[in-house]
Amino acid sequence: MAEMTMRDALNAALREEILRDENVFVMGEEVAEYDGAYKVTRGLWQEFGDKRVIDTPITELGFAGLGVGAAMAGLRPVVEFMTFNFSILAADQIINHAAKMLYMSGGQFNVPIVFRGPNGSAFQVSSQHSQALEAMYANFPGLKVVMPSTPADAKGLLKSSIRDDNPVIFMEQERMYGNKGEVPDDPDFLIPLGVADVKREGTDCTIVARSMTVPMSLQAAEIVEREYGVSVEVVDPRTIKPLDIDTIVESVKKTNRLIVAEESHSFASVGAEISHQVMELAFDHLDAPIKRISTVEAPMPYAKNLEALALPSVDKIVDAIKEVCYL
Amino acid sequence: MAKKSSKSPSKPRSKTASKKSSELQKVFAHVPDPSIAQKEYRQRKKSQLAMIRKTDKKLLAEMLYQMVLGRVFEQKCAEVYRIGMIGGFCHLYIGQEAIAIGSMMALKEGDYTITSYRDHVQAMVAGIAPEEVLAELYGRAGGNVKGKGGSMHMFSKEKGFFGGHGIVGGQIGVGTGMAFAQKYKDTDNVTLCFFGEAAVNQGIFHESLNMAQLWKLPIIYICENNQYGMGTAQDRAMSISNIASKGDGYGMANEFVDGMDVMAVRDAVLRACNRARKDSLPTLLEIRSYRYMGHSMSDPGKYRTSEEIKKYQERDPIALFKDSLKEAKVLGEKDFEKIEKRAQEAVEKAVRYSEESPYPDESELLTDVML
Repeated sequence: MAEMTMRDALNAALREEILRDENVFVMGEEVAEYDGAYKVTRGLWQEFGDKRVIDTPITELGFAGLGVGAAMAGLRPVVEFMTFNFSILAADQIINHAAKMLYMSGGQFNVPIVFRGPNGSAFQVSSQHSQALEAMYANFPGLKVVMPSTPADAKGLLKSSIRDDNPVIFMEQERMYGNKGEVPDDPDFLIPLGVADVKREGTDCTIVARSMTVPMSLQAAEIVEREYGVSVEVVDPRTIKPLDIDTIVESVKKTNRLIVAEESHSFASVGAEISHQVMELAFDHLDAPIKRISTVEAPMPYAKNLEALALPSVDKIVDAIKEVCYL
Repeated sequence: MAKKSSKSPSKPRSKTASKKSSELQKVFAHVPDPSIAQKEYRQRKKSQLAMIRKTDKKLLAEMLYQMVLGRVFEQKCAEVYRIGMIGGFCHLYIGQEAIAIGSMMALKEGDYTITSYRDHVQAMVAGIAPEEVLAELYGRAGGNVKGKGGSMHMFSKEKGFFGGHGIVGGQIGVGTGMAFAQKYKDTDNVTLCFFGEAAVNQGIFHESLNMAQLWKLPIIYICENNQYGMGTAQDRAMSISNIASKGDGYGMANEFVDGMDVMAVRDAVLRACNRARKDSLPTLLEIRSYRYMGHSMSDPGKYRTSEEIKKYQERDPIALFKDSLKEAKVLGEKDFEKIEKRAQEAVEKAVRYSEESPYPDESELLTDVML
């Protein structure tokens, strides 16, 4: 175990998998000589050279397509989007090609590829650079969607994603790259995809949170425990698809209250899906309507005060807990 | 492209060797450089014969068989589509056979192919049995992809056939990655990547060509220019007519090829393969052709005249190839009859197989979504 940042944990995962499997290579904008726009790939080009760490032109659709073809032909590409906002340019290759290849080839061609990069908001980068797109990708059968919230999860999940035989959308969060945590240094440390983690045990209320809203929810839980004596359980699905609904339902059956905290917009979101599934599977166990905390239904503003107002926050989560607990 | 009335070479090659240049100028008014095209036209017979004489007789007979099989198969598809045996889209290849056969039969073991939704003939040339292709069109369990893909999605991992793809131009990016993998694994194999001329207007074409030349990938981009993107003539959709020259924008070797001449296609593809295998360099080939049918079975093709179609049918690639083979004394009428019969039988067998093949089991609905 060593304490490291989320950024370095991701870097370690990439390094270990490049060492482990000669078919693994990393490509994307500024990933090689520049060391990565957010330094996730720092040092990899120097260590492994041009063949394994490849700077691409700014051509998202093109290099996403190249990655899909390379994966069909037996390689294991890790394709970095500088941010997931730019993956929208590559959506045809991800959604029409990667996601459907196995099915439309009658099981002949799988696409073992990872598309990774930061998702969601950063710091005052406004509307075109602040989108949380997990609901869009999770909507398409054939894709897995992963969103880590701690350095250890980031490492274990990225390694599993690279070894997975399906296309994986691996979503990080720019605000979290500097977050620190204990990370196992075992090169075979893996976290299986599709398994949720209870980040905090509690008895009165469940919060399902992912990525950036996990640390927020943990903070909110501390506050309500201290101020109101409310015991909050925080469940992090870690993988959005496949979704470990069992762990969520089990928690709801214990606490009888559910909040979903997410950075995306609320309409047709992952939170909407979780709410629906819990309604189906644990309707009789709910003592209050399910509450959702999301980004407001507007493009992200630039001004600092408006940005803060648009996003989920610890205060908003505290208020939601009070609401579902009738405090 | 010029006006419809002047865009078609009008006569079979064997009768036009002595055409006057003014006449040829008219015939080739639609090509980018009429003087080069005229020269090619005069030389075609000579060059096709020369190529034939250099080529193994068995291979030539097999090339003709594959062309005839492709034609007969697609005619059968049209027939059974009309009586409701095939659903959805069905894009036929009739008229374009010289491109798939001329290029794919120049490949060697380990090479890859990827193409668009007009994929039946490419799939068969790759080695997928006609009955597997037809049963897929019928949506049966015995189909090439178990009834999950239909007309546009034939695949064979075993034969290096990476599929028919339904999004215009999408396969150009995927094909570029296939060639990337061949280079990464240090092979001397190549990828053939087919697409129609309308795909050239998509961003993925330009993004892919840039990367392929930048990283020196062993790929041959084959633009099958059948002159219409669905119902839109090329000159209504593209600011310049010379597609091959778009390779210049990326410093990529490029050639214009007559897609009615199967040996010219083979020759150009062999040159491009050599460039890819020896020097790991890509090539863009614009192979001019013509589809006799509509864009798909639901297209009555009202945007072009029957005269225009007839002009192309007069210089049909199969008829031309037969003439040359006969003149070179490689094959004769009796051989042609045998080849025709063999193709007819293969297609009849495919029909029987498809009719007898069961519908996919309902349990197949949710398989192959993920591994």
